[in-house]
Parts: sequence; structure tokens; C-alpha cells
Amino acid sequence: MATAAHAPVHAGSSYHEETGLWSWLTTVDHKRIGILYLYTSLTWFLVGGLEALTLRMQLQGPNGRLVSAEMYNMLFTMHGTTMIFLVVMPLSAAFFNLLIPLQIGARDVAFPRLNAFSYWVYLFGSIFMNVSWLIGQAPDGGWFGYTPLTTYQFSQNLNIDFWMLGLQILGVSSLAAAFNFITTIVNMRAPGMHFMRMPIFTWMAFIVQFLLVLAFPVITIALVFLQFDRFFGTTFYLTQAGGDPLLWQHLFWIFGHPEVYILILPAFGLVSEVLPTFSRKPLFGYPVMVYSGILIAFLGFGVWAHHMFAVGMGPIADTLFAVTTMLIGIPTGVKIFNWIFTMWGGDVRFTVACKFAIALVALFTIGGISGVMHASPPADLQQTDTYFIVAHFHYVLFGGSMMGLWAGVYYYYPKFTGRLMSEKLGNWHFWLAFIGMNLTFMPMHWSGLMGMPRRTWVYDAGQGLEIYNLMSSIGAYIQAVAVLIFVYNLVVSRKRGQRAGNDPWGAPTLEWAMPSPPPDYNFATIPRVTSRYPLWDIKSPELTTDVPHTREGERAIDVDVAGKHVGHVSHAIGNPPGGAVNSDHSEQRILSAKELGIPMPNPSIKPLFVALFMTLMFASMLPIHMGRPGLATILIILFATLMTLGLYSWLLTPLEDAH
Amino acid sequence: MAATAVPHPHQGHPPTTTGLDHRKIAIWTFIGSECMLFTSLISTYLVYKGRSVNGPMPHTTCGPTTNPPCATELPAILDIPVTSASTFVLLMSSLTMVLALAAVENKGKPGWTGILASSKTWLLATAILGATFLGFQAYEFTSFVHEGLTIKTNLFGSTFFTLTGFHGAHVTVGVLWLLTLYAIDVKRGLGPKDALLVDISALYWHFVDVVWIAIFTLVYLIQ
Repeated sequence: MATAAHAPVHAGSSYHEETGLWSWLTTVDHKRIGILYLYTSLTWFLVGGLEALTLRMQLQGPNGRLVSAEMYNMLFTMHGTTMIFLVVMPLSAAFFNLLIPLQIGARDVAFPRLNAFSYWVYLFGSIFMNVSWLIGQAPDGGWFGYTPLTTYQFSQNLNIDFWMLGLQILGVSSLAAAFNFITTIVNMRAPGMHFMRMPIFTWMAFIVQFLLVLAFPVITIALVFLQFDRFFGTTFYLTQAGGDPLLWQHLFWIFGHPEVYILILPAFGLVSEVLPTFSRKPLFGYPVMVYSGILIAFLGFGVWAHHMFAVGMGPIADTLFAVTTMLIGIPTGVKIFNWIFTMWGGDVRFTVACKFAIALVALFTIGGISGVMHASPPADLQQTDTYFIVAHFHYVLFGGSMMGLWAGVYYYYPKFTGRLMSEKLGNWHFWLAFIGMNLTFMPMHWSGLMGMPRRTWVYDAGQGLEIYNLMSSIGAYIQAVAVLIFVYNLVVSRKRGQRAGNDPWGAPTLEWAMPSPPPDYNFATIPRVTSRYPLWDIKSPELTTDVPHTREGERAIDVDVAGKHVGHVSHAIGNPPGGAVNSDHSEQRILSAKELGIPMPNPSIKPLFVALFMTLMFASMLPIHMGRPGLATILIILFATLMTLGLYSWLLTPLEDAH
Repeated sequence: MAATAVPHPHQGHPPTTTGLDHRKIAIWTFIGSECMLFTSLISTYLVYKGRSVNGPMPHTTCGPTTNPPCATELPAILDIPVTSASTFVLLMSSLTMVLALAAVENKGKPGWTGILASSKTWLLATAILGATFLGFQAYEFTSFVHEGLTIKTNLFGSTFFTLTGFHGAHVTVGVLWLLTLYAIDVKRGLGPKDALLVDISALYWHFVDVVWIAIFTLVYLIQ
């Protein structure tokens, strides 16, 4: 701990990293990769939002004429696929990257280059999937891609090929990232950071990685079968040959239901960070929050067939899956109550981040309850394939995941840019998004119960559906305005936002001990952790008296964060909402990793090339359907060879210079 | 596992939480993922077993002695004796893999001399045994095609070729991995410091081997 003089904790640091395009293309720094994930996924959020907006324009009145039926199919398919695979998952991955190493007291992830590889695969895979728009053959089989609709017999263009290959590419990205984060969390925790002291976001992220590791191979195989059926004439989903289209549904939902928790648990984690900070109370029932997260993930693998009640599996299977589905309501309900009890009696500051977090608690509860409604097969048979289901999953995914992720963006923006987002614009964003969201999706409960089917491009007048659809469309326009305000806020706050200092919110976890933005090596000295809330131990020990510590009397001692010892950290506690105070005007320079003698991984362009060649290898399968199998073979061999050479060159180059 | 406590190669890095190398944990999570991959493939094979509407069939499904009986006998296409031989070859490769790891770990120790200490021999032997297994598979696939079973013929063909093909692809990757290690061994020699490199490849290799035991039992032996 001899580096107390190094890495002084202060705001307005004069620390500068290398900038420029090349430094971003070759970066292996988890924080930069997280920022790349953030901006890429927000870009796709705009694309997916535009698709949704077009859908709502089409449905604004009866017999809309804006788009054709074929176009409508492509729009709703790509809206779902984009929002799930290109927005919520990578936006969560942005937070995994930004936060996990900081929260556990590590200098980077376990495999920095693999981390860069995951991002590039995601970027190229997402571009590949959207290239389909340019040739007018975007995926049109729904995000679930049910067979036989997606088999060659009924879909002979390239639409489904883009979808099927794109998802396989994106799967590689998610799996590589999951191996990386599990290893990071298991193996790179700072001394004293045992599992039951990990910040709850890291816990939820940890659980999500296991879901990814176990769920993605299943959809990979389902997609491989589909690909073989379409390209090589196998008979997996072909009824004439004895195959069963239900095989697809089972494999898809064995992946698809854990996927739902992959989408929501990171948002739960973020909210569990935001609410204690703004309530100035430790998280209520921390261990139970952890256990309920694990239980949700575990049960999540045993409920997949509740997506399939309508196919007629028989009363025993229906009952079994109805019961397991209702069981999941218990750990989820526990979380809701724990968030409420965290706020109860707390000194709640209603910042924008806090409002979004509270919105998650409220809206997810609505979506959760409608979910329990169609956990019951008789009810589900009435509701399935109607707008009621659309209302349900937008309450959990938009009202849940997206609100939670927005809470995370407002909460963590200052940590990674050094500046706060505007609270004024943020309030406009929040209220418009909240009102617009409810105006869009609440009426869908009614239009759904009145029997309006999903995925249908028009409806007739005179069925009482007009008013609900008009309300939904107006809500969508309001949301569009909210998103524009958010983007504007994101951009202008980068330059004009108030300076944040290290810890603008008075937060309890390790990441707030570092300068904003943190130096590339994160921690000059690896911190030693004695409780769940190391920063509160230092700054406001009265808040953590009930939290277990290493030993009696050791409470605020021995906590050594970012090279600074206890008591030397200066900060403003209890700032007014958004009113970050520049707590420390020290102009002391932050030392570079080289000066501190910290070994840093070398930047590398190789992960980008390997990802590019891999994507091109998958893309080279398209000519098989364009009647050019010879060309496809040559291209596949070419890119596979290049990928392998790139991989060898990557693996045979050491990560760091020898010391 | 004797190679678990390999110190991190660089000074200046904090020790890992578990004391294990990152790569060791990563390979285990990877194997966990691969389990789900093969589970999906094997389950599909079993679900579709006996549902092909035309031949060839894996086992004797219909003949004068079967229940229900029928006049014309459909011969079994799976050749259990030949596959038993290739299974034996693959199992032996796990043995040579263990010997290769032991040779690398104990290089330079007293008493480790001769062929037992030659990691090059055992790495190459493992790769050759793996390649032999692939040779058997190539022979099997070709003869099936000659007997009229392709990946398009029926459900059995689709599920069988996909499942065993995926396994074969994994063996191929393993052989390339082993040959790479062999090349490194020839170039600069592998010693106890490199045990982890061999250890993780061994974990992968044994996993691929175990998967084959499941496939051999469920696809070939159980009728």
C-alpha cells in the first residue's frame, strides 16, 4: 500500500488517454469497450424505435395503407430482433463491461482481447443482419422464427437466412463475453470481496452469464437444424419426413425463456444499485436479493413450454408448466418488495436515475401480474397471439429492462464521462417516456382482450378497436419525443454537463472511489474490502452499522481504495438531486500505468480482424441460396482460413510486453 | 490436477481469487456450454429415433423375427464392430493425453526419463489417434452414402450426420490444437511452466472423448 500518493482522488483530472480512431479500433480496455457497446446499442435502439414507430403509424387507424403486409412482417420481426439482440442485451453488456471490473476491484476483465472480440462480433453481426434491409429482404418470420413458416418451403428468399445466420454470429459474441465475465468475477475479485459482498449488479450480471452459457448453445443447435433444412435439404422440421415443427418451438423456448431473464436481470441489478444510493439506506435483504436472482434463473429453465400452451401439449404438461411459471412470481415478488422496503423510511432523493428505477418497480409489477395471468393455460388460450401479450411483454421489457437501463445510464454517465447529464432534460425524458409508455401499452390490454390479433397489418373499422389503437399510436409518438430528448441530453451533457467529481451521488460501491473517468488501469492499488459498502464505511459509517463486516471494530479501518487510505477521501455527501459539487479542485496529475509500473495489455487490431473474417465466413453461406454453392464454398474456405490465421496470430502474441 | 497453482506469468498482477489460472476457469465454463450443445443434439436424435418414414434404418427395425413382424427385412446400417474399434482408438487417445500432460508437468524431475518423459511422443500419438478416429468416421460416412444414406435421406440421416458430424468437427479442432502444441514442443520444448497449456487442451480432449462415449452408447449400442 505504498502508493497512497498515487492516484489521488479528485475531480477535474488532467488525466488523458490516447484518442483517435485507431486507439478505438485496437482498444482492449473494458471501459472503452463498454462505451463502444453503449453507443452501438443506442444507435440500434433508434433503428428499432423507428421500426416500432412505423408499425404504430400503420395501425393508427383501421385499414392503414402506409406499408404492405410483407413490409409489416419485416418491420415487426426486425423490431423484436433488434430490440432484444441488438439493444437490450448489448446495452446490458455495456454495463457489464463498464462496471464489473470496477465493482469487484479489478484492473480489467480476465481476457481483454476476447472482450474486444465480443464487441466486434456484435457490431459486424448487427450490421450483417440489417444489410438485409438494403436488398429488401429483411427477416420476416417473427423474432421467434417458428417453423415451418421459416423453412425453405414457405420462405424461399434470403429473409430468414439473414436472421438465422445473424443470430448465430451474435451468439458467438454473447458466449465469448459470458466465458470472460464468469472468469473475471470468479477469479479477479479484490481481497475481501467475497461473494456475499459483491455489489448486487455484479451478482445479477454473474447470474446472467450462466444463463447465456447454458441457453445459447440450445438456440445455436435449433438454428443449425434450420440452416441445414434450408441449405442442405435435411428433414428436421419437415412433417412429410416424420419431422416435427414443435421441435423448433421446444428448442427455441428452452433458450427463449432464460433469454427473458437475460434481458431483465441486468436492469434489476442496476436498480438495486440506484435505489440504495438515493434512499441512503443499504439494500433491504441483500442475501435474499441474491438468492431470488439465482432462483429466478434456475426456474427460468423449467418454464419454457408456457409459451406453447396453444399447441396442445395435454393437461399434464400444461399444469406442470403453469405451476413452475407461477412459482417464478415468488422470487420476483420478493425483489419488488425488497426495493420498496429499501426506499421505505429512506431519505429518498428523486433524481432522474431514481425516478427511472422507481418506474421499473411500478411498471414491471404490472407486467409481472399480467404474466401471472397468462401463466394459467385457460386464460392464456384467450390471450395468446393477441395484443394482451404485446402489452405484457412491453411492460416487462420496456417498463422493466429499458427503464432500468435508463436509470443506469443517468446514474453511471458521470462516472465514465466526468460530467452529469442534465436533470432538467432528464425529467422531460422521464415523464414523456413514462406517460408515452403507459399510453402506448396500457390500451393494448383492452384491444388484446377484445381479440385484436398480434402480427396483423390491418384491422377493420367498427370493432371498437380504433380508440385503443389511436391511443397506442399517440403514446408511441410521445415516446419518440422522449427518446430524442434523451439523445440530445446524452450528446450535449458530454460537453456542457456539470462536472461530476468522483462520487456525485454519495454512492457506496468501489467504482465511485475512482476519478471520473477512471484511469485505464482502474486501481493504482488493489483495494481491500471489508464490507458490502466500502465507501459508506469511509464516508458515512452510520449507514452501514447493520451490514456485516469482517470483524468487530474493524469497520472503517483497513479500507484502502484507489491508493487512498481511509479518511483522506474528500467528497460531498447528500448533494441535492443532480447538484453534484465539485468536491475537490486539486489539479494533481493522475499518474500513468507506466509510471506506476502496472503491466497493461497491449492494444491489438487482431480481435477486430478475427471477428470480421468470422462474420464474412457466415455471410458467405448466403450464395448457397442464390444458386452459387461453388462460390459459397470458395468464400467460406477463404474466410475460414483467414480467421484461423488471425486467431493463431492473436493467440501466439502475448497480451503484454515481457517485464 | 497438479497444474492448478501455476503462478501468473507476470509480476505486478495481483494473485487470482481462487489461485487458479483464468484460462482454467474459462475452459470449464466453455465445457459447460458445450454440454448444452451436445445435449441438444443428442436429445434431438433420441426424440426422432424410430420416426423415419423410409430407410435405411440404424438398427434392424423390421423383419420376420421382430415385433411386429414383416416380410422384408431392413438391414441395420450401423456397423458396431468397426465403430467399437474407432471408439477404442479414441479412448486410447485419452490415455496418451494423460501421459503427455504428465510428461510436461514432470519434465526434468528425477526418474522421468525415456519414452515416458517424451511429451512430443505423447502429444503426437494423441493427435494421430484422433486423426485415426476421424479416418474411421470418414470411412463410415462414405460407406453410408454408398448404401444410400445421406443427410437428406430421412430423419435418421439428418440427425445422425449432424450429431456425429458436430462431434467430428470437435475432434478436428482438438487434433489441430494438439498439433499446435506439438509444434511448440518441437520448437522450444514444453516444460512444467507450460503445463497449463497442455492441461486445458487435455480437458477439452477428454470432454470430446466423454461425449463420444455417450454417442456410442445411445446411438450405436442401444437398439
